[in-house]
Amino acid sequence: MKQWLKISFCLAACALAQPALAALNIFACTPEWGALAKELAGDKANIYTATNALQDPHHVEARPSLIARARGADLVVCTGADLEVGWLPLVLTQSGNPKIRAGQPGFFEASRFVPMLEVPASVDRSQGDVHPGGNPHIHLDPRNISKVAAALSERMAQLDAADAENYRARARDFIERWQQAIARWEKDGAPLKGMTVVGYHKNMSYLNSWLGIRELGSLEPKPGLPPTTAHMSELLARLARDPAKAVVRSAYNDPRAAEWLTANAKIPAVVLPFTVGGSDRAKDLFGLFDDTLARLLAVAK
Amino acid sequence: MFKRNLIAVAVALTCAAPAFAQDAELAKIRGEIKQMRDSYEKRIQELEKRLSDAETKAGKAETAAGKAEQSAGKAESAAVSAASANNAGRSAENTFNPAMSLILQGTYARTSRDPNQFRITGFAPSGGEVGPPKRSFGLNETELNFSANIDPYFRGVAIMAVAPEGGIEVEEGYFQTSALPSGFTLKGGRFFSALGYQNEQHQHAWDFRDAPLPYKAFLGNQLKQDGVQLKWLAPTDLFLEFGGEIASGDKFPGSNQNKNGIGGSSLFGHLGGDIGESTAWRAGVSHLWTSPKDRSYTDTDSLGGTVTNTFTGSTKLLAVDGVLKWAPSGNSTYRNFKLQGEYFRFKQDGTLTYNDSAGSAVFNSVSGALQTDQSGYYVQGVWQLYPRWRVGYRYDALRYGSVNNGVLGLGPTAVDMPVLASHNPTRNTLMLDFSATEFSRFRLQLAADKSRLGVTDNQVLLQYIHSLGAHGAHKF
Repeated sequence: MKQWLKISFCLAACALAQPALAALNIFACTPEWGALAKELAGDKANIYTATNALQDPHHVEARPSLIARARGADLVVCTGADLEVGWLPLVLTQSGNPKIRAGQPGFFEASRFVPMLEVPASVDRSQGDVHPGGNPHIHLDPRNISKVAAALSERMAQLDAADAENYRARARDFIERWQQAIARWEKDGAPLKGMTVVGYHKNMSYLNSWLGIRELGSLEPKPGLPPTTAHMSELLARLARDPAKAVVRSAYNDPRAAEWLTANAKIPAVVLPFTVGGSDRAKDLFGLFDDTLARLLAVAK
Repeated sequence: MFKRNLIAVAVALTCAAPAFAQDAELAKIRGEIKQMRDSYEKRIQELEKRLSDAETKAGKAETAAGKAEQSAGKAESAAVSAASANNAGRSAENTFNPAMSLILQGTYARTSRDPNQFRITGFAPSGGEVGPPKRSFGLNETELNFSANIDPYFRGVAIMAVAPEGGIEVEEGYFQTSALPSGFTLKGGRFFSALGYQNEQHQHAWDFRDAPLPYKAFLGNQLKQDGVQLKWLAPTDLFLEFGGEIASGDKFPGSNQNKNGIGGSSLFGHLGGDIGESTAWRAGVSHLWTSPKDRSYTDTDSLGGTVTNTFTGSTKLLAVDGVLKWAPSGNSTYRNFKLQGEYFRFKQDGTLTYNDSAGSAVFNSVSGALQTDQSGYYVQGVWQLYPRWRVGYRYDALRYGSVNNGVLGLGPTAVDMPVLASHNPTRNTLMLDFSATEFSRFRLQLAADKSRLGVTDNQVLLQYIHSLGAHGAHKF
């Protein structure tokens, strides 16, 4: 009897002690927002990242594990602008968690806090996988990261008022370090200005616009459509007239089309980490941009 | 003369004196002018220099102003685009319209046996269109989906199927809570039961054109409930979900019984998670109870007369399901594999009434006890080897099991009830589909169907499924 009491007491203590470890449970849709949440919350949050850098953020399934993690989340941090439209709504509805419904403070969409590029005047599926809210791959312009950081830390402070000062202080510190890093990247990245590249998907637009890189075309004939031979030959012909420095793709894109074009156009291929975890060096947000710039500069010479 | 000379001298003097004075003054003035000119020149130069300085400054200022304007413009356009992104259509009247989508489907069918004669021998007909599609070209149901939040507390979904021959059927039409705390969700209206795995998925999301045999035999393709469902998701990292449904139970295996209260109920539990980054799985157990009253089907007796068989009693269905999805590093865009299987065990206990009074009228009405214990299962695998292309194989089978038919000892013999003849149906199905995008799909399906006793129906189906409008999210 005494033994039973002891065991049940231990179990109860464990059950009660666990949630006290961290104040916020954060569900991040993509690795960059998981990494940003970690910078801003430190050990004040349990952060679960729903996808990895090798997954195409457009095609994620509403896996049971995602639903289970969303159930206990206090804050969902996603890109928005329809990037996660194929799975997130389902995860949110099935999670039975009213805190993270769209419109609640527990639902954070990063794209609401940055100027959007490539907002289409009209949308039609004949244009491929277009997003009515604009290009959703906003995180590759580091200036957007600081805007999102400011908004996200405020949201964290709102949800966890007891630690509000901690989030704000961490955000100030992060943004300061980030601005210094941006200055460094802009200085180092100066030779990239005007460089011409071929992309894979329109997922580097923010990076290109920040660094002044010109994207001659994409391997995808239309956003979301796999590369076709007809389109590839057309690209090759265009490259003969208007040469590019490199073919740039992200870690999650299929290498085959890029390899074909690099072999035929005799220009190098660059695989960018695209997000945190996309390469060995891209361990955090700083590493992501360090590595991205280093890889681009290597072919710019 | 002297005077004249004097005057002349005087004049000359007077003239000469100013002339002299003039010379001196001129030199002085000239000097002054030179000085002035010099100083003016200096000042002009200074001024010119200042002017040019000012001009370059002004130019700079102008370009700066231009730049400022540009960046202001950029900021503005950015703000505008941000605003348009964030407030798209905020003022429009249709802002609150629900998300709408439309599914277009059709099939070209070639079958070696008459689809109108289709039956699953050994199993009481389950109602529903379980047979192969009509031969040649045929339109399938056109599906209209509407969904939106009703208010902060509820969400509404309606899915209407427009039959090719006309008429609209409500496939699903339910409200669902979105504000219940602690992982609870309540659903009410008409919905696909959470029984099994495939039951909750819409036909257009299936990996084969038709339902597996156990679904055809025991659920009339798919179980729709008119009722209420309560679900609870456990607060664990492992996906653990429990739920129950109470419903009218007026669809097979139940029947419309015109009585108060609950005609059918179910309980279900699902478990799921990830294995590493590449694999996700879900497994489930569910149980369905119904109590049909006068559930009938027609058969043909040995004399060719029509017989109506009516069942009243209770049914139990146990479903065990599992699905496993694999994609390298979890990236399903290029390659993925899906393995799915379900096992159903179906038991009935009650009274069967054999009535041939409308046909041969040999026995008229005979009633006997009926106990059945039958089962079925399917296993299917679908591979995506290249983007856009998938290939799949399915094996499904039914086990006749034990059927204790009390009617057979009371006059009618087995030949008078051919539908319940002992038979273990099986089927082999192959499919190949091509999806240009996630919104369009063409599928070729080949099947050797042994649902009918002693007959193999070879089927070739060519199907299209296209979806328009709002981007639907598909269930796992």
